[in-house]
Amino acid sequence: MKAWRSPGLWIPLVIVVILAAYPALTDKASTRETVFNVLLAIGLASSLNILLGYTGYVSFGHIVFFGLGGYAGFYLIDVLGWNLLPAALVGGAVAGSIALLLGLAILRLRGAYFALATIGILEAMKALVINMDFLGGPTGMELNFQVYKDYGGAGQMLWTVYWAVAAIALIAVFLSFNVKLSKFGLGLMAIREDEDAAEVMGVVAQRAKAYAYVLSAILPGILGTLFFFKQGVIEPGSAFRLHMSIELLVMVMLGGAGTVLGPILGAGVYQVLRVSLLTSDVALLGLRIRDIQLAVAGLLLLLIVLFIPSGAIGWLRSRSNVLRRVLE
Amino acid sequence: MMLEVKNVTKHFGGLTAVNDVSFDLQEGQILGLIGPNGAGKTTLFNCINSVYPLSGGTVTFRGRQLNGLKTYQVAHLGMARTHQIVRPLNELTVRQNTVVGACFGRHGHTLRAAEKIADEVLDFVGLAARAGMPAGSLNVAQKKRLELARALCAQPYLLLLDEVLAGLNPSEVVNMVAIIRKIRAQGISIIMIEHIMHAIMNLSDRVIVLNYGSLIAQGTPDEVSQNEEVIQAYLGDPDLAERLLEEERA
Amino acid sequence: MVDTLLASLTDGLLIGVVYGIAAMGLTLIFGVMNVINLAHGPIMALGMFGVYLLFTQFGMNPYLALIPVGFFGLILGIVIYAVAVNRVIDAPHLSSLLATFSVNMIIIGLGTALFTTTFRNVDYSSLGTLTLGPITVPLTRLVSALAALLVTGLLYLFLQRTRLGKYVRAVANNRTSAGLVGIPSTRVLAFSFGLGSALATIAGGLIAISLPFTILSGSTYELKSFVIVVLGGLGNPVGALIGGLVLGLIEGVVPVFMKTTWVPVLEYVLFVLILLVRPQGLLGAKR
Ligand SMILES: Nc1ncnc2c1ncn2[C@@H]1O[C@H](COP(=O)(O)OP(=O)(O)OP(=O)(O)O)[C@@H](O)[C@H]1O
Ligand SMILES: [Mg+2]
Repeated sequence: MKAWRSPGLWIPLVIVVILAAYPALTDKASTRETVFNVLLAIGLASSLNILLGYTGYVSFGHIVFFGLGGYAGFYLIDVLGWNLLPAALVGGAVAGSIALLLGLAILRLRGAYFALATIGILEAMKALVINMDFLGGPTGMELNFQVYKDYGGAGQMLWTVYWAVAAIALIAVFLSFNVKLSKFGLGLMAIREDEDAAEVMGVVAQRAKAYAYVLSAILPGILGTLFFFKQGVIEPGSAFRLHMSIELLVMVMLGGAGTVLGPILGAGVYQVLRVSLLTSDVALLGLRIRDIQLAVAGLLLLLIVLFIPSGAIGWLRSRSNVLRRVLE
Repeated sequence: MMLEVKNVTKHFGGLTAVNDVSFDLQEGQILGLIGPNGAGKTTLFNCINSVYPLSGGTVTFRGRQLNGLKTYQVAHLGMARTHQIVRPLNELTVRQNTVVGACFGRHGHTLRAAEKIADEVLDFVGLAARAGMPAGSLNVAQKKRLELARALCAQPYLLLLDEVLAGLNPSEVVNMVAIIRKIRAQGISIIMIEHIMHAIMNLSDRVIVLNYGSLIAQGTPDEVSQNEEVIQAYLGDPDLAERLLEEERA
Repeated sequence: MVDTLLASLTDGLLIGVVYGIAAMGLTLIFGVMNVINLAHGPIMALGMFGVYLLFTQFGMNPYLALIPVGFFGLILGIVIYAVAVNRVIDAPHLSSLLATFSVNMIIIGLGTALFTTTFRNVDYSSLGTLTLGPITVPLTRLVSALAALLVTGLLYLFLQRTRLGKYVRAVANNRTSAGLVGIPSTRVLAFSFGLGSALATIAGGLIAISLPFTILSGSTYELKSFVIVVLGGLGNPVGALIGGLVLGLIEGVVPVFMKTTWVPVLEYVLFVLILLVRPQGLLGAKR
């Protein structure tokens, strides 16, 4: 396979592998938690990138698949007593299937209309789950901690979930690269640039978009199960958080939409920044940075959107031909 | 028969942009489509390749009725087109643009095979040197050639060319005319919309004339240029002077 | 049963008018510049705090306070436009969505630090209630609805009768040709953004007079505004008023028949369905 020799693939893979291995070397719980969040974000942002970056469809409610996968997996584990692995896979399958159904309907919409519809779906899903008594309604569900015994106790479970999330992050990056360099990916990018012209050239846009939507939903579904299993609780507010959805958009933009490395970089920078702002003691105009971390993050986002809209990697790629060949 | 257009009509609200138009195209021929601005030429193209649903009539392509097909299905059957107002995929490279044409056109080639075709076609239209540039960075003449290259990459039976000569300077026109001749020599049938009269009269086997959506004349270039009604239609066209001037310079 | 229904109906209609002007702000901005303002909710929240502060700190009549608050919204909107929107006005949708969302984050971030997230309310119940047959409504609600109607009327007159209003409509119709005939389109865009924000702050202020709120409350109403805007047709201010009434009705009447928690389900499903089958809104002409 030629792809394996491409720096566009191995650079991001090596970065993720090193990142994932780091906490195992230092063996510090707090490092592991930070890296866990980064890996989770890499998996989610890279998935979103397939729809947002390659296809050019702005999904504001993408986190809905994380929530759905989370609920599906959590239900299987908590109520039906399934093991984590099959539950997570089913979580991904549920997210993917629902994405297919939704996608066939809403992918006919374009631009702002599509973006609005994704917000509507996220909120509708949240409201619906609140009314589902078998899913615990507004208060959600809580795992019996005895369950963790099967995974070697709570401490061991944290590592198991950590490695699982790291594996998904790797798969997401691998997928993202392969889609980008495939015929399918080329069709998606043609749709992004000019959907009508692409159809005139023979791209079956409706089908390609639906596949992209499903593909961008499966891994978030799996990650949802893993994440909420680790949390031990799931409730509608945390499973379907519009704000988290938008954070993912920010990460993709930050690193560079439509690039493979961008979402990785974006996820890393955003999460590290968030943590350092949250723990910072610096004060600004009498307000502690920690208290206004949201505002600082917002300001940063604004600067990026206004001045480097193609994101860090997109910007680097446009700077030099060498970088364009090395970075995907 | 390559294409049979029968009684095709297209309404936009109260406006009849194409009115009961019928004509045929033999395999391997170039059919010129002329008419004043707003005559409905581009709309007729959009009807032929199913961008618009027809308000009436039928289009038959190589024996197959196209009514109700999607535009991508028409592309898969072997019809490709260029756009009057160029539509490059701006952020993709010139090469990627053409690869899209080959990947999703008549044969639906694999990426590898498509890349080979793309390189040949880029060479053929003289864009090989720019293959790696983003399509958005080309100038207008180059973008026109890219439109053509993308359509050729689909390896179509029938090529619809919408004013590929417009906006080109005289030497570029000569260049493009030569390219079109070569395409025909490969056995590809062509319908071309054009305002530059000498070019279309030279290239076409037959010419049809639209005015206010209706077909007012068809025949050989000579027959059409003698036609009273055609001359009348063009005299009523305020852009005529400009076009004649343009031809003077050419 | 009929009595409850009537009461809920009235309740719904009264709050619906207020929702309507919030949505009008959103739809005005979209109609003029094709930007979905994701800072709409926080701007509404600032309106709530504006009225609250003027009322509690300076003892100002909350309805009078709407005037300075609306003016503040106008200026704030112009500033937001100049800083965050102008540069991305012709960029792909994602850029303007993220630009306005970053403003959202900035306002919420600073607002949370300044005001915390404890509930506030403008205690103006001294106005009393009004009873008409089986219906009893707090007078504040009635006055708020009337104030909202007044604002709507003023907006209509402004857009139809004044030169600036005509400019706004011209730019909404076709920015390029408006520019060609000498309308200073950038300034008109900035002003339109200001106008949309002023409507948001006024709506926020009106909500604050009858309901408790926090700095985060804006986002709930922002989502409602989306639903309304889509009901009425994106970019259509009259539609927004009707959409507001429809949403108010749903919120008022549905709880009579089923659990309140089903109301948002209905709202959002309706929202998505309308986007799919009637993207021009309930009122819009068929395309
Ligand atoms: N999508 C559309 N909706 C409404 N009217 C349209 C549409 N497309 C074209 N028209 C109208 O149909 C008529 C024919 O337009 P068309 O573009 O087909 O003319 P044309 O012959 O290609 O002209 P030109 O030489 O300027 O390219 C014009 O009056 C045009 O305004
Ligand atoms: Mg035309």
